[in-house]
Amino acid sequence: MNILYDERVDGYLPAVDKDSLLQALQQRLPDLDLLHQEEDLKPYECDGLSAYRTTPMLVALPRTVEQVQGLLELCHQRRVPVVARGAGTGLSGGALPLEKGVLLVMARFNRILHIDPAARSARVQPGVRNLAISQAAAATGLYYAPDPSSQIACSIGGNVAENAGGVHCLKYGLTVHNLLRVEILTVEGEHLSLGSDALDAPGFDLLALFTGSEGMLGIITEVTVKLLPRPQVAKVLLAAFDCVEKAGLAVARIIAEGIIPAGLEMMDNLAIRAAEDFIHAGYPVDAQAILLCELDGVEADVHDDCERVRRVLLLAGATEVRLARDEAERVRFWAGRKNAFPAVGRLSPDYYCMDGTIPRRALPAVLKEIATLAGEYGLRVANVFHAGDGNMHPLILFDANQPGELDRAEALGGKILELCVKVGGSITGEHGVGREKINQMCAQFNSDELTLFHGVKAAFDPRGLLNPGKNIPTLQRCAEFGAMHVHMGQLPFPELERF
Amino acid sequence: MDAEHSVDDSQALLEQVNRALANATPLLIQGSNSKAFLGRAVAGEVLDTRSHRGIVSYDPTELVITVRAGTPLAELSATLAAAGQMLPCEPPSFGPGATVGGMVATGLSGPRRPWSGSVRDFVLGTRVITGLGKHLRFGGEVMKNVAGYDLSRLLTGSYGCLGLITEVSLKVLPKPRHCFSVSLEMDRARALENLARWGQQPLPVSAACHDGQRLHLRLEGGEGSVAAAHERLGGEALDPGFWNDLNEQQLAFFDVGPPLWRLSVPNNSGALDLPGAQLVDWAGAQLWLKSDADAGVIRAIAQKAGGHATCYSHGLIDSPFQPLPAALLRYHRQLKAQLDPQGVFNPGRMYAEF
Repeated sequence: MNILYDERVDGYLPAVDKDSLLQALQQRLPDLDLLHQEEDLKPYECDGLSAYRTTPMLVALPRTVEQVQGLLELCHQRRVPVVARGAGTGLSGGALPLEKGVLLVMARFNRILHIDPAARSARVQPGVRNLAISQAAAATGLYYAPDPSSQIACSIGGNVAENAGGVHCLKYGLTVHNLLRVEILTVEGEHLSLGSDALDAPGFDLLALFTGSEGMLGIITEVTVKLLPRPQVAKVLLAAFDCVEKAGLAVARIIAEGIIPAGLEMMDNLAIRAAEDFIHAGYPVDAQAILLCELDGVEADVHDDCERVRRVLLLAGATEVRLARDEAERVRFWAGRKNAFPAVGRLSPDYYCMDGTIPRRALPAVLKEIATLAGEYGLRVANVFHAGDGNMHPLILFDANQPGELDRAEALGGKILELCVKVGGSITGEHGVGREKINQMCAQFNSDELTLFHGVKAAFDPRGLLNPGKNIPTLQRCAEFGAMHVHMGQLPFPELERF
Repeated sequence: MDAEHSVDDSQALLEQVNRALANATPLLIQGSNSKAFLGRAVAGEVLDTRSHRGIVSYDPTELVITVRAGTPLAELSATLAAAGQMLPCEPPSFGPGATVGGMVATGLSGPRRPWSGSVRDFVLGTRVITGLGKHLRFGGEVMKNVAGYDLSRLLTGSYGCLGLITEVSLKVLPKPRHCFSVSLEMDRARALENLARWGQQPLPVSAACHDGQRLHLRLEGGEGSVAAAHERLGGEALDPGFWNDLNEQQLAFFDVGPPLWRLSVPNNSGALDLPGAQLVDWAGAQLWLKSDADAGVIRAIAQKAGGHATCYSHGLIDSPFQPLPAALLRYHRQLKAQLDPQGVFNPGRMYAEF
């Protein structure tokens, strides 16, 4: 069973004559930029999950909604699958192309259409970068709250498709909490407006359904986001702990104190050392865990809350608590965390980033189990953790040039995700299922639940032409995965080729 | 949890749904019926959720509570309050027996909604009995979860038309440390102008209502921010009970008279000229209107402003919810056909077409 599209288990895709499709598209949409030669297609063979690569049949780079509409109509008519892509920063292979499909790149829709300070909203095209919205709104004192680590590059259309998160989710919510309206085109090229400029809209909440649907239900052509007033001040406390359990306890105690931090991040020793080597953030490299706790809001409240949190941290057993003295130090504390992935990347030729979520109380047990599993698979794992909302990012270190290591890393990753499900969590908190976690979906949902998901898909895309093979596995795939799984369970070191 | 108040009756509910599916009998899902006046009348066999009740799990430090659909909303609120927490969206009860299931099915939120988010924003997961006769689980008890489609949020506010919600996991938050309500004398236009300006500043406002003469504001947050905002904005102290009366429609404005309409409009709509008495909530994004005017007239005004209008006077018109554009309606029907192929769940409650 291949992780790349496998018609045997992912569903039959009709053969398409590339030249005839190209010709038809050129004829119908003469102004549409189309890439069709091998060397032009190559840069689009993967998204942010570069381990999985497929060269698309064609790449379309539209500039107008009419072009997208025309392309969708024609592809629907000819039963050609369409995979949408924004900036290509996704970490789960959600924009992995298909050999028999068109890759629809929305990156050229990069205009901010309207910023309305009185309405506290911004209407933008889907290719606009996440950070660009806040930058454009800065003069009004407003900003767009969700801040995935890739915010400098990722597009808002992709954020909606993945329901992107970030480090400030506990207080400010995910993408779904910060949207007013999206314009979409259905697979048939029909326009729908979901949500509204008001705070709700009549009918089913299709805006919520489409958010995080990974390009399976429609193509986003415009997004209206909510803007918030920028908090007056933000302060960061850094606490060191001599064991992870105490850090976990401290998180629970902060919440119990009635405080909702803007950000609450945990890193384990391996991640701390990697970040410190790379960024020199001033992290205590001997600590088994550190917590970064950001408090924001009105100055007087933040000051009081900092005192409360400091007390709680010390009571919970912190060996050291430091308040960033100034903005420069605050930025440095965060830089260590925000660069944790590339920092870990310096320790190892390759790393594989997981995205499971767990109820916070399960953290010590889960970390212990991850360490045990890592030992069994002979790999190192660094842990960074959105501690406030239970979203873990274990980073599995490996070397793809060593035979079998990628397979072992993937197998260990799968085990970690199944562990998350077992303790009542989820296989993905913010990166999406995409292609990467398609098999683990079989662990989180039973066949009746998957059947209902397929029903939702069928209501919008009965032919299954939008991003086939992503997000929701076929029952056939799960049956095979389940069978293979039992077999795998008997092998502590699965050197056998798995995919 | 108190065993007396905690009963898992999901098997009986599943059996009733399966019988209905076998006989193609439409079901009228209800809790205490406190919100029966919303939407269209449904003819069907009553399915009472109240036997399936109780808090399944609650750990205040996880900020998540899981509760069965038939649990009284008052019990949920009391449990949270005992731990110093709350459901920030302030769902209205509209009656003493209101249930959690009804709260999720109607998706209605109270005065804090523009700042805190709505019911759907706090729904993390659901268990649901589907039109295929299965008891399934979607979402979960974690804050972040993007595995599969977000069916839990789709079900929220769907008035029971897509399935029977049996259990819900909700994100909860600590109650604010301080709360102070004030009332300022100013006309509607001025109040809306001020609110638009204040909305762009980090002020601890958590409710804003204009009753025709006065602007009522609730300030919530830490001691420092609430005191500073009060000093800046001024105004007379307001009895905080006002917000509950507003939320539960107990203010004199809601007393008998012409039909009641709810207009949901963009928050920068300014003062709208409406055919009747109006009460402004949600800092201008939710307007209550008492009017004898034609539905078409009221809806045209709402639509022109970029919003929609719902009739709260039961039975007055055949489509209390704003009619959907044709394309959108088609996808609603297709979704209904997929999730409830036999059409047994609350047929016609939202729209005659499904």
